[in-house]
Amino acid sequence: MKLVTAIIKPFKLDDVREALSEVGVQGMTVTEVKGFGRQKGHTELYRGAEYVVDFLPKVKVEVAIDDDLLERVLETLINSAKSGKVGDGKIFVTTLEEVVRIRTGETGAEAV
Amino acid sequence: MRLCAAFALLALAPTAFADDINAGDTAWMLTATALVLFMTIPGLALFYAGMVRSKNVLSVLMQCFSITCLVTVIWMLWGYSIAFGGEGAYWGGLSKVFLAGVGVDSVRGTIPETVFLTFQMTFAIITPALIVGAFVDRMKFSALLVFVAAWVTFVYAPIAHWVWGDGGWLGARGILDFAGGTVVHINAGIAGLVTALVLGKRKGYPTTAMPPHNLSLSVIGAAMLWVGWFGFNAGSALAADATAGMAMLVTQLATACAALGWMVTEWIVHKKASVLGIITGAVAGLVAITPASGSVGPMGALFIGFSAGFICFFASTRLKRAMGYDDSLDVFGVHCIGGIVGALLTGVFCAETLGGAGFGVESATIGGQLVAQVTGVLTTLVYTATATFIILKVVDFTVGLRVSDEAESEGLDLALHNETGYNL
Repeated sequence: MKLVTAIIKPFKLDDVREALSEVGVQGMTVTEVKGFGRQKGHTELYRGAEYVVDFLPKVKVEVAIDDDLLERVLETLINSAKSGKVGDGKIFVTTLEEVVRIRTGETGAEAV
Repeated sequence: MRLCAAFALLALAPTAFADDINAGDTAWMLTATALVLFMTIPGLALFYAGMVRSKNVLSVLMQCFSITCLVTVIWMLWGYSIAFGGEGAYWGGLSKVFLAGVGVDSVRGTIPETVFLTFQMTFAIITPALIVGAFVDRMKFSALLVFVAAWVTFVYAPIAHWVWGDGGWLGARGILDFAGGTVVHINAGIAGLVTALVLGKRKGYPTTAMPPHNLSLSVIGAAMLWVGWFGFNAGSALAADATAGMAMLVTQLATACAALGWMVTEWIVHKKASVLGIITGAVAGLVAITPASGSVGPMGALFIGFSAGFICFFASTRLKRAMGYDDSLDVFGVHCIGGIVGALLTGVFCAETLGGAGFGVESATIGGQLVAQVTGVLTTLVYTATATFIILKVVDFTVGLRVSDEAESEGLDLALHNETGYNL
């Protein structure tokens, strides 16, 4: 099982959510985060006091999937989250050691 | 001795005066009083609260609200007497402490004295509340209360007497200060600068980012200030008459021009117009027209407005950065500088040839009037700066002025009041 973590632009969240449902991903966790890579921040000016804001708002999407879904999920994520401009984000794939469904106690592939 | 006499007077019924009160004047002044109170709570409170960091939002609201309550009581106890209780050159004396002699039938001019004194009370409330902006995020609450109590007693009330009281020496010189350019704005503005210097800069200023946490609140507050200011300026006519009408008109004109003036200046200098800029410009215009509102005409108001917007923009941005002081919410840049601009231009635009209502000085010349205006400005600057400094030092010695480093980092809402503004 894999944990796929994608940092995406906030306005792409709806597209990503719909696209992932279509390939069979049942659930996800979404967090609002801040970050930067190569995308530059912006400046704010308040009565002559200028502040440089490096951190940009992003959304983190985490999905736990079966190994055989990985290729399709990565492809789906890239297509739905891409805008073509700097700051589209990154995807991190980590191996999941265990998954448990709390209500029923199911583990492993059935819990994903 | 005087206090015993005052208490004895309390037992006597107040004399009913022969003059009838004017119903129209009284109705307007009742309304104006409410409008000016509205300027402090919630107008000024919101204006300032939106500009601080979220961890300090409640502390600002608390300061404004508590100042309102405290000054109300002080005004009744001795403030009103010092300001308006008598005809001395330098103070009004103690004959009206505890409002001795003031009863339901007392009259002052064409309105009940109760209305007059409550109207003046709202001015005494907003003036120390204005100073709050200079020392946000770092003053102890106990120190604030002691400071305000002393400041209203020894700074506000005497200066109010000098300008507006019967026999007050600045008024006798013909100074034109209709609604408080010197008494309120230059006064609070210079006190703000002194307090900012004595307390020192906020931790991390100017390198750490401290942007306003909620400018929406500030816009709401600024709008409330604008509306309430009609009570402040037009109400200073103490009557529902033509002077009040012109005061309302010039207030509106100057405010709009100042807001536009700041906005355009900022657009040219920084390439974008901002919300914080336009509302600050509006307040600068309100400040500048305050001393002029009973003396100038529409053209004068336009000029005063644009000047205030333009000049206060540079005072709040360039001057502050250059001099390095942390007058956090630009109390000096807007209220002191705006007040000075207004006080001086009043001396010019009061001339009937320029559409004004006429001079206050006997010599009836612009030069003569300017001398009176400058006297008022300099007197206020010197007296208030000195007295404020002394009061601050005494408060620091007894109570302690500034919060600890940890409290400042944690935020005053939690550190001083055990509360958070937003539990989302």
